[in-house]
Amino acid sequence: MTIDWFPLWLSLRVASLATLISLAAGLWIAWVLANYHFRGKELLDAVVTLPLVLPPTVLGYYLLVVLGRMSPLGRLYESVVGQPLVFTWQAAVVASTVHALPLLVKMARAALESVPHSYEKAARNLGASEWRVFWRVSLPLARRAVGAAAVLAFARSLGDFGATLMVAGNIPGRTQTAAVAIYDAVESGNTLVARVLVLIISALGIAVAYFANRLEHRKA
Amino acid sequence: MIEARIAKRFPPREESGAFSLEMEFQAGAGVTALFGPSGAGKTLTLDCIAGFATPDEGRILLDDALLFDAKAKVNLPPRRRDCGYVFQNYALFPHMTLRENLLFAAERWPRLERHRRVKEMLERFHLGEAAGRRPHELSGGQQQRCSIARALIRAPRLLLLDEPARGLDAPLRAGLYAVLRQVRAEFEIPILLVTHDLEECFELADRMLVVRGGRLVQSGPPRKVLDEPAGVEVARLLGIANIFAAEIAALDPGRNTSRLRLENGELCGPYLPGHLRGDRVWLCVRARELRLAAPNGSRSGPNQVPVRLERAAERPHGMRLEFAGGIAVEVSREEYEAHKDNKEWVVEFPPDALRVVKSRETSG
Repeated sequence: MTIDWFPLWLSLRVASLATLISLAAGLWIAWVLANYHFRGKELLDAVVTLPLVLPPTVLGYYLLVVLGRMSPLGRLYESVVGQPLVFTWQAAVVASTVHALPLLVKMARAALESVPHSYEKAARNLGASEWRVFWRVSLPLARRAVGAAAVLAFARSLGDFGATLMVAGNIPGRTQTAAVAIYDAVESGNTLVARVLVLIISALGIAVAYFANRLEHRKA
Repeated sequence: MIEARIAKRFPPREESGAFSLEMEFQAGAGVTALFGPSGAGKTLTLDCIAGFATPDEGRILLDDALLFDAKAKVNLPPRRRDCGYVFQNYALFPHMTLRENLLFAAERWPRLERHRRVKEMLERFHLGEAAGRRPHELSGGQQQRCSIARALIRAPRLLLLDEPARGLDAPLRAGLYAVLRQVRAEFEIPILLVTHDLEECFELADRMLVVRGGRLVQSGPPRKVLDEPAGVEVARLLGIANIFAAEIAALDPGRNTSRLRLENGELCGPYLPGHLRGDRVWLCVRARELRLAAPNGSRSGPNQVPVRLERAAERPHGMRLEFAGGIAVEVSREEYEAHKDNKEWVVEFPPDALRVVKSRETSG
């Protein structure tokens, strides 16, 4: 029998997009958490951490509530794009992003906080705007650790199952990601497909973990 | 001209007691040293001026620009304060070359002007050949000059230096002093220098502000501060080794003398204007101003006190002798050799060297 490679490609595409989006959002949140003191800072931190501690199905349920066809956000999306968000591969991207975000924020915050404060002080003293401090000083100095965070976030979005299943469903050829396909294959006794996908995902995982470690520990 | 009035309070913490900073001073062109022990609030003062710390109250004015005013709710961000800041460890961006470090600071000018300024700074501080290297590839002296050049390239109206000589060996320190003298001569801006090194004050400062426990306790030219410490705490900070409690036993304005009664004996001193007979004072004498006298013959000379030697230690410039009763004397090697075979030691207190500061109890 032939193996359907679509779930694997979809997973890679979804995880890549989710990594990019969570990188953009997560870096910003991490910067704010690392640099500013304001009321509600701990609350923001807690909310961002939530996806890490909630069961993925609970997370998926919340996403359905927020993004479903009855919600304001869901309707807005539908009126702009022309089709509902839920049960599309784009919904899987959203689920994976939310799933990966906490890890990225935590690691990026630690990375940004590990940059000696005096460099940022110096940059501000030399007339740099916050934007410039971030792009020219903090991020370049934290780039290895942030890179490692992005790589691990990629792995985490690749592995999302529960939330993706809840909001994107399990539509073969459309929204079925590798993680969901493995579950499906095992359910239907298709051990060969399950084994191949499991091996590939495992190899990817090992490669990613190794790469992340190297990024973090190699000295500039 | 920088004018600062700063008050900032910190509640007591587990690791330290409550601390409050209350400073008020002005400084014009030239070097003004903020001198004091660590934890006195010197760096905090710089941080308040540069905008890294926010005072609870006060006002900071730099030339005609209001940097901070608690009442008027003015608090410019650091990037708009026009203060050059040389950080303790230089804080050169490690991922940029020396030239890029300077270009980063010169961003406010258009391209051509920016490169012209960088070139000028590289020449002025002899950094031309090192321009393409990263900070970790530079010598200590080059790092130091680069951090000063980077602070000055924006043409600031004030230069702040946070213990720039800390942890430097003697040649680097001498190099730094030369560069800072050059800066003082070429830039007509106030330079605030944080230090806890008295020699550095003498080396560089036109004026020094003595800071202790968050308060300004004395200000003036270094020579004057050392000659007339405002209190016994300042005398201790200045490293004056001999400090004794004394009482004024007699004052004779006609002969321009006084008599000071110490715990075990009397000393003859200069006339002390502004004091009364019976005042309790502190007598301060620097170790280098005391002399050794021959134990016999002219024994009856004024202010000669027989003492017991407890310790003799070699110093780079001579010997330091510590006697019973907490008397410390620094003399040249030769003078020590001339007296060391004496049976007993006699220390002479030259009347001109005796400085008297009021003790707390009488100053009210």
